[in-house]
Order: sequence, then C-alpha cells, then structure tokens
Amino acid sequence: MDIFHYEFMQNALMAGLLASIACGIIGTLVVVNRIVFISGGIAHAAYGGVGLAFFLGFAPLLGVVGFSVAIAIIIALVSLGNKQRADTIIGVLWAVGMALGIMLADLTPGYKVDLMTYLFGSILAVPREDLFLMLFLNVAILGTVVLFYKDFLAMSYDEEFAGLMGVPTRALYIALLIMIALCVVIIIRVVGMILIIAFFTIAPYMAEGQSRSLYSMMLLSILYNCVFALAGLWLSFRFNLTSGATIILVGAAFFFLSLFLRKFAKMLKVGS
Amino acid sequence: MITVKNLWFSYDAQVILEDVNLTIKQGEFIAVIGPNGGGKTTLIKLILGILKPQRGEITVLGQPPKTAARRMGYVPQNTNISKVFPISVMDVALMGRLGKAGRSWRYSEADRRRAEEALDRVGMLEHKKSPVLNLSGGQRQRVFIARALASDPEILFMDEPTASVDQEWQAQIYNLLKELNKSITIVVVSHDISILSSYVKSVACVNRTVYYHDAAEITEEMLGKMYQCPVELVAHGVPHRVLQSH
Repeated sequence: MDIFHYEFMQNALMAGLLASIACGIIGTLVVVNRIVFISGGIAHAAYGGVGLAFFLGFAPLLGVVGFSVAIAIIIALVSLGNKQRADTIIGVLWAVGMALGIMLADLTPGYKVDLMTYLFGSILAVPREDLFLMLFLNVAILGTVVLFYKDFLAMSYDEEFAGLMGVPTRALYIALLIMIALCVVIIIRVVGMILIIAFFTIAPYMAEGQSRSLYSMMLLSILYNCVFALAGLWLSFRFNLTSGATIILVGAAFFFLSLFLRKFAKMLKVGS
Repeated sequence: MITVKNLWFSYDAQVILEDVNLTIKQGEFIAVIGPNGGGKTTLIKLILGILKPQRGEITVLGQPPKTAARRMGYVPQNTNISKVFPISVMDVALMGRLGKAGRSWRYSEADRRRAEEALDRVGMLEHKKSPVLNLSGGQRQRVFIARALASDPEILFMDEPTASVDQEWQAQIYNLLKELNKSITIVVVSHDISILSSYVKSVACVNRTVYYHDAAEITEEMLGKMYQCPVELVAHGVPHRVLQSH
C-alpha cells in the first residue's frame, strides 16, 4: 500500500484508528443507554465551539473541547431533572449551538477558515498536534471506562437497581455525556460533526447482536469502525471522494448488508 | 422493621398515595395488592428510596431508605429491562454485589462465590455463562431473584414476580420465597390474590391509601373498600381503575 508512504496519509490512518477506538467504546454505551439523540445534540451544538474559537482566535479543537463539554453538562443536568421534556430542550440546544457557531464565524473579521472542514471532516488534513490531543482524550476515555466498567455496565443494564446498590448513577451519567463530548472532539476531524452519529451507532448496532457481553460489544464495535475508516479512507483516496462521507457510506453498506443477512438467516430458519 | 408514617406522594398534580401508614415487622411475608394504578409499585419505590415522598416519613431498619438501600433486595418487574442487552447470567447476578464490592474496579473472588451461591439457590447456576437474551421469561425472573439475593438482603421486595411466568414456575417462586422467609422479611407486590393467600402471612391493600390486614386472608370488606368491584375481575388480573370513587 504505497499510499501510506505520505505523511498526511499516515496521520489520516492514525486519526481514523483513534476515532474508531473512542467511538467503539462510547458508541456502545450510547446505543445501550438509548441516548443517540442526546449524542447528536452534543455533536451538533459543538459547532458553537468552532465559531467561538474563530471569534476569539484560539485553536478550534480547544474551542470544541470547552464548548461541547459545557453543552454536555447542561444537557446532563436538564435530562436528569426533567426526563419528559428533555428531548425538546436538547433539540433547542442542538440548533442554538450550530446557529451560534455560524454567527460567531460571520462576526470574525478577515480570513474565513473553511467551516465545512468541521461539518464534514477532513481526515487527510489532520495535523500532528491534533493527533496528540486525540491520543490523550482516548486514554482518558479508555481509563475511565475500564476503571468504572462494572458501574457503567450496571447503570446501562438497570439504572434503578444500580442506584439501589450505591452506584453513583447521576455522576456516571454526567461522565458519560462528557465522554461523548470528548469523543466529538476526537472524531470531528475524521467524519465531521454532522456524520458523527453514524460512527456512534452503526458499529455498535451490528455488534450488539453478536456479542455476549458489553466489553465484547465494545471491542467488536472498535473493529468494525476500523474497517469502515480504513476502507473509506482507501476508497476516498482512490476515487477522489470526500473522506468523511465515504467512511460513513462504507459503514452504511455494512449496516444494510448485516440487516439483510439477518433477515435472510431468519427466512432460512423459517423455511427449513 | 419498616415504618411508614403519614406518607403523601403525587406525580405532578395527581395524588398517588395519601396519608399512608404502615408497619412491617421482621420476618413478615406480606403481599401488597390492589388495582393497577393504585400505587403499589410507587409505595415499594418509596420504601426503597428510589422515589422521595412529598410529605411523611419512612424508616427502614431504623435508617432513612437511601441509607438502608444496600440492606434491601429488589426484584423489579420483569418487563422494564432491555431483553437484547448483551450480558451473561453471571454478570447480572454479580450486580447484586455492587453494594458490597466497594470501589474496586473488579469483583472479588468472594463476590463471585456469593453470586454463584445465589444462582444455585434459584437453580440457574448451570446457565451462568449463558447470555440473558437466550433465557425464557421465567428463567430471567430467577436470575433477577438471584441478583437480589446476592446482596444478602435483610428485606426482599418483589414487584409482580409471577407476571409473564408460566404456571409451574409461579408455584416454584412462591415455594422459594417461603423458604427464604425463614431468614428474611419478604414484601411481594401482586395483583394475583389467589396464589398469594396460601403463602403470605399478611396483606396490605393499596389504592391511594393502604389498608393493612394482619392475616393471609382478604375479607369481603377489604375488597369492597379497595376495589369496589367483584372478586373475579381482580383474580383474573383484568386491568381496571377505580380512582374516581374518591
């Protein structure tokens, strides 16, 4: 594979793998806790962080870290306080974050950085220093989940019972949403904030049916995400396509194939 | 052991429980019955400390519910938990050890042994490696009982243990509870009066308020007060509400 001789390709590869690890772990927790909508809200509202960073003139990813973590905490507190109306408020935050990002970018004088980069990702243009940030966040996420694995498992399976057993479910829930925000930071360069939801959901959904435990579901999700990222990267390079969209469509192709195979297997069972 | 005094609870503007007084003594086997929507599950969740009362006081084992929570075992309604979650029988049973396991990141050998004993007690030890999603409704129910038992509870609460369980296992569950009752206090929520009356020691009828009866019988008077409808309707578990009568 001579294409990986280029440094930008090596960086892209690293970025893809780092994003796959973080999203395999957190995406699994997102899917089993049924908070896909919340993760979408955090991911999109994070755009406000990009605008804010442009406006104030610091590194966009740092803006995204601060802004999306803040949004995650607000969403966590809102949804813990009022479960029935939480979806409405998340929907509002989702839109407000994006609108704020666009407006702040408008107000920024001088050179307009390509905002599309953050919306749809540009894995081929990931700088080295961003990789270090991604690696650091990955270690933080991995460490937290490993350390509190049994508590996250209990909360995800039966929150009420976990609470009775003294598991700090509220704190874990807030931690999970913050980790979603960190995941957004990791993956924003790879597929962009609009396509993040697909990276969170496709692999865990496919993995769920084939797993016997939460951690095997995480490992399998990581593996699937790696396959999507690598195959998508290669295809986008070969056919000169937008990398983020290609990665997601590769995932979607696997997703529909697995749905079809499942249906087919069922039909065979019924037929025999 | 459990004291409930002048308890009031409402969701938004709707009063679920009003001025409830109830005392449950050690070693009791009490059935909590009443119509759907009458507040049975709410009462249990208040005693467990999952919900907070607007007014009134609850003490469990001499402590407020939140503090006593780890000394209570809880088997929730079978229907509330995802059936496709990838988890093994053993991992579910181990959750009962969370309160005792401390903040270590893994379960200890002793925790595993205790969880296995609990699984053995409900006849599910041979399935300990099976994924929960492969189990039948009755087997799942047994795993949830094992999970509650693994925490060495002093009081065991069960919410509708016979819902979605076949007839044969219903009798087995109650025999198991009778056996457990020798050492722990048991509180069972059920709409199924016919089976309960042959196992329990006392009955509490819940329909906005609580009517306690210190014997395993349901009098005509109780039913009249609580349900205001014929016995057959209740025994067959037909959903109905009688809230408007107040």
